[in-house]
Amino acid sequence: MAETLLKVSGLEVHFPIRSAFLRRRIGTVRAVDGVDIEVARGETLALVGESGCGKTTTGKAILRLIDPTRGSIRFDGEEIARHGAARLAPFRRRMQIVFQDPFASLNPRMTVGGILAAPFEIHRIGTPADRPERIAALLRTVGLRPEAARRYPHEFSGGQRQRIGIARALALEPELIIGDEPVSALDVSIQAQVINLMKRLQAERGLAYIMISHNLAVVSHVADRVAVMYLGRVVETAPRETLFFGARHPYTQALLSAVPEPVPGLRRTRQVLQGDVPSPARPPTGCHFHLRCPIAQARCAQEAPAQRIIAPGHAVACHLVAP
Amino acid sequence: MSAAASLPENAGAAAAEAPLLSVSDLTLHIPMPPHVLRAVDGVSFDLRRGETLGLVGESGSGKTLTALMLMRLLEPPLAALPKGRVQFGDTDLMALDEARMSALRGRAISMVFQEPMTSLNPVMTVGRQIAEPLVRHLGLSAREAAARAEEMLRLVQIPDPARVARAYPHLLSGGMRQRVMIAIALACRPAVLVADEPTTALDVTVQAQILELLGELQREMGSAILLITHDLAVIAETAHRVAVMYAGRIVEEAPVAALFAAPRHPYTRGLLASIPKIERVPAPTLPEIPGMVPGAADRPRGCAFMPRCARAVSGCAAEAPPLDPIAPGHRVACWNPANG
Repeated sequence: MAETLLKVSGLEVHFPIRSAFLRRRIGTVRAVDGVDIEVARGETLALVGESGCGKTTTGKAILRLIDPTRGSIRFDGEEIARHGAARLAPFRRRMQIVFQDPFASLNPRMTVGGILAAPFEIHRIGTPADRPERIAALLRTVGLRPEAARRYPHEFSGGQRQRIGIARALALEPELIIGDEPVSALDVSIQAQVINLMKRLQAERGLAYIMISHNLAVVSHVADRVAVMYLGRVVETAPRETLFFGARHPYTQALLSAVPEPVPGLRRTRQVLQGDVPSPARPPTGCHFHLRCPIAQARCAQEAPAQRIIAPGHAVACHLVAP
Repeated sequence: MSAAASLPENAGAAAAEAPLLSVSDLTLHIPMPPHVLRAVDGVSFDLRRGETLGLVGESGSGKTLTALMLMRLLEPPLAALPKGRVQFGDTDLMALDEARMSALRGRAISMVFQEPMTSLNPVMTVGRQIAEPLVRHLGLSAREAAARAEEMLRLVQIPDPARVARAYPHLLSGGMRQRVMIAIALACRPAVLVADEPTTALDVTVQAQILELLGELQREMGSAILLITHDLAVIAETAHRVAVMYAGRIVEEAPVAALFAAPRHPYTRGLLASIPKIERVPAPTLPEIPGMVPGAADRPRGCAFMPRCARAVSGCAAEAPPLDPIAPGHRVACWNPANG
């Protein structure tokens, strides 16, 4: 494996639940409850799972957009989990984010040129005179014409707006980009364009990606490795092919079998999970998945399983999976 | 079993039967000086008993507007604009006054929406929302309707239906709310169910439950389903026939197997090719459809797909191609269709 760029261990993010009256703390949502992940330079790690599994919160905690409650975040060897704003500033340049909704994440009152100039201004890079050329280069990189700089976000389609979001993330030449469902709001034919663009940029610039997504088919096209989350914990981590064709955790298996395939008549024996994902405010004891797990045993309700490595690069958190 | 009793449930005879719902030349042109938005532009299809017709298309293709028109749910000032016929038995839904339409809506033909939270009444218990159409349409007493509501909740596999019947929608998860929507829509055992992206807002494991449920209820009740979605994988797994919409028109319609195995319209081909599939060795790049969907105000005069089409020929710019049969049960609107 290439050099490790990011190493997250024991990450926890808890949010207080407060009473409506007096704002007293009456509980805790353990949105992220002990996550370990690693990303190497130039690779794509996909973070997958259903709503409420903590994948977005994990991404935001890594970027320090929200404060982690516990745990370690090492970026290029340096511990940043408890850095204050000043010491964090150089790392903010090196890690960027692309959001799901390209309309909500672009300021509607600014021209595209203004949006793309902001990172240079904030980080005092270059001179005002060389900005138009930098912006034009960014727009060309993402497949837009330099004239786009004079227009406003609403004048663009969803796919074009996502290209603008990507251009903004690229401005400071980051080493890591976290994509939070970057193609989920796009139509299929446009989705392919944006996926291809992101892959091309990665190949050209050696970018590392953390792709946060609920869409497993998209993930299977972009990821080198995949981490599957359930209720705040990573239940399985594996190289792409192993995860999609040799998953061992019962949740991963159920998740994969629920993905509809664009092939008529291919009725697989589907493992339909019963019930819904429990609330992260009241997670089940022991293994968080045991209430819906088809193979759960008594032990699973009592003891949370640790991630164990069962093959090179393949870790599973399940009491019942033998190496 | 008598022949008369078994006939309506006989799925094998479905193809030969007269359509339950026949939509012809449904059109919604919205004047927006100096333009006219051709949001829906002459959509025609049939829906037969017991079948699921998938209506697919990308955002802005007109699929949801088509559904709202045939349910007569467009609000003023749009409500006055739709043209065309929606033949349901011997009634043209488009010609009914609102009183007669609302007597049918929810009873003979009902709809499930994408976002269950915005379509459920937040200040009415779930049980009352299911019971309401039973009282209104079927004349059940409040007590009978409440019992039926609980039964419906059990049918859509909600655990502890008596408790959920007394709950308000915000207490339920997204999957449970969508089940409640389906229970409301099916309470009067409608002949036609229009489901607009019924699982798009849900997680995949819950989506699988809901799709399975819709299929079971359809087999049991013999309802016809118009399933509107942008997700071709959902279509592949649940629809019998598919109609593909692009820029306000149906560009191809075929039995599901034929459409996926041998799509004839270049847009359908491009769309199918661009869906990511889970494969051992994925292609390094996904096939793209270049460009983007034209807005409803600046659609080309001829075929709306022409500017993005690799198979475009000289006639495509002049005139929009009609949706013509190309094989049994297979229609395509293209001047230069791909080979089957």
